[in-house]
Amino acid sequence: MLDLLYAVAVAPFKDMAGAPAFLVEVLIGGVFAGLMYSLVALGFVLIFKASGVFNFAQGVMVLFAALTLVGLLERGAPVVVALALTTAVMVALAFAIERLVLRPLVNQAHIILFMATIGLNFFLEGFGEMVWGANVKKLDIGIPDRSFIVRGVQINQLELTAAITAAVLVTVLAVFFQRTRIGRALRAVADDHEAALSIGIPLKTIWIVVWSVAGVVAIVAGLMWGAKSGVQFSLSLIALKALPVLILGGFESVPGAIVGGLIIGVGEKLGEVYWGPLVGGAIENWFAYVLALTFLLARPQGLFGEKIIERV
Amino acid sequence: MIYREAGQFKTTYGADQAVFPVAQDRVVVAAAVVAAFVVPPLVASEYWLQAVLIPFLVYALAAIGLNLLTGYAGQLSLGTGGFMAVGAYSAFKLATAFPHLNIIVVFLLSGLVAAGVGLLFGIPSLRIKGFYLAVATLASQFFLIWLFNKVAWFTNYASSGTITAPDRTLFGALVTGPNSTAAARYLLALGLVAVFAVVAKNLVRGRVGRSWMAIRDRDIAAEIIGVRPLRTKLLAFGISSFYCGVAGAGLVFLYLGSAETLAFDISISFLVLFMVIIGGLGSILGSFLGAAFIVLVPIVLSNAPHAVGLRLPVALQKQFELMVFGGLIIFFLIVEPRGLARLWQITKEKLRLWPFPH
Repeated sequence: MLDLLYAVAVAPFKDMAGAPAFLVEVLIGGVFAGLMYSLVALGFVLIFKASGVFNFAQGVMVLFAALTLVGLLERGAPVVVALALTTAVMVALAFAIERLVLRPLVNQAHIILFMATIGLNFFLEGFGEMVWGANVKKLDIGIPDRSFIVRGVQINQLELTAAITAAVLVTVLAVFFQRTRIGRALRAVADDHEAALSIGIPLKTIWIVVWSVAGVVAIVAGLMWGAKSGVQFSLSLIALKALPVLILGGFESVPGAIVGGLIIGVGEKLGEVYWGPLVGGAIENWFAYVLALTFLLARPQGLFGEKIIERV
Repeated sequence: MIYREAGQFKTTYGADQAVFPVAQDRVVVAAAVVAAFVVPPLVASEYWLQAVLIPFLVYALAAIGLNLLTGYAGQLSLGTGGFMAVGAYSAFKLATAFPHLNIIVVFLLSGLVAAGVGLLFGIPSLRIKGFYLAVATLASQFFLIWLFNKVAWFTNYASSGTITAPDRTLFGALVTGPNSTAAARYLLALGLVAVFAVVAKNLVRGRVGRSWMAIRDRDIAAEIIGVRPLRTKLLAFGISSFYCGVAGAGLVFLYLGSAETLAFDISISFLVLFMVIIGGLGSILGSFLGAAFIVLVPIVLSNAPHAVGLRLPVALQKQFELMVFGGLIIFFLIVEPRGLARLWQITKEKLRLWPFPH
């Protein structure tokens, strides 16, 4: 019993203190992984904020964006053209989704819209693979997957790039939300649909914008994840990785997605390295969820979610 | 003209509150149940029993379970696969540890085990609501599957990590295991589903079901009028998991024969949720309709190109199936968000008026 307690509560911390460079390495790895999760979670948050739709298809949108990009690159399109075309495709997708899925389902219960996005998930998965093929593709964006060493700490170049990209993307999004006209409209819609409608904000346009922005975020996420692990079906499963980030940070909060991602990324890495061997490893599938669950028990609306005020 | 209730007077409250207040319904349902017991074992081929009817029954049971939780008590859950796995693995452990235990008892006990696990994972529902809860239930899904993969005791230390249904008899006939006939397994599945569907229907009509619906519709108001959220929600999780557990045991013992944890992964949770939503939230009949829809559509889709003489490459066929499946789900949600059960209700209303629609 005491041994067990020691193995759970003392030994991991001793390990940490014993090899600080390794600990820093693990932490940095966690931060990078967390930012990658945040990239995906951001797409969820944007859509949930503006339309109250829990878009389960975000993971497949990432896959679809990456597939389109790789497909275009393979056909010899220059990087810039390919990126522009992919963006165009994602915007077109946003239009189509608004017209064909969201508009007919307006005013339905949240769970119905959630289900519809799962249907969309299936559809896009089949469609993407039908158009671009189902085999694993390599996405080479010119950043080598190499590591360099700073003061005895290994840093992966690709992960660093992804982290910087995520930071830039979040800054751009923050500016977009705070400073532009459309951004203000988006925040108004997020705050109160009906009030926004009554002062003349076109809800349909806002939805298209928000789905397009989520599409662009999906491109960035697809770019980073695709460069890391190849473009293949399993890319869509990162949606499942982003969900704990989402509930931890709160569905409606962009900063929440980032902070949540960092907590999940670091927590997951620490748990995996220091506590994972105790239970036989492979805990990464559920550890993030349990972590998020414990946070939720203390704050049911996530860290940055809007306080749930209930009236009868 | 056929569907008329004129002249059917109810003279007691009991008659008024009956499950099937209209005589025609009673006749049709009774006939359907009798036919379900008699006809398929006699006429259906092995393929039909094995690939269509048995999975339909097993999934219908799981869908009823999830419908109790999501449709009636309003607690969105994505952990169905995990609870089904608990049922399957405990049925396997019970059946192999106590070879003389009656198979029905094994099923019920494994349902109880699943109910216990469900209670445990239902505790967060007291604080967490809506989509937060849905994602939180994913924790149970992933954790349970990991547990069954990791701990070899659950599979009796089988090197392949699969559990296989042993041969068990009921009333002298072999009903599970590799040597049993599909007809025998079908009859056992049908018996289980019939009994549990009746139980579920009566549960939701009674005090328990009413308290579930009160919690679903407005939990604070329900609390104020004296429905205890703790007991009600946990009861919903427990009973729902019981159903899912029995369905999980059925999935392995009656349908697949042997299974790995892969059979219970997240996609099955979504599949059952689809059944509940396409069929109709808060409807026992809807669970059956939804299960039939989700079981039949892929079969129809995979045979359709063949039937019209189109030969597609396997990969393209698979992608095509995914697209149509996704498209159909969206289509049905748009056409009738309240599910197939609602469509059936509308049809009945129309039938009452037919042939004079006004």
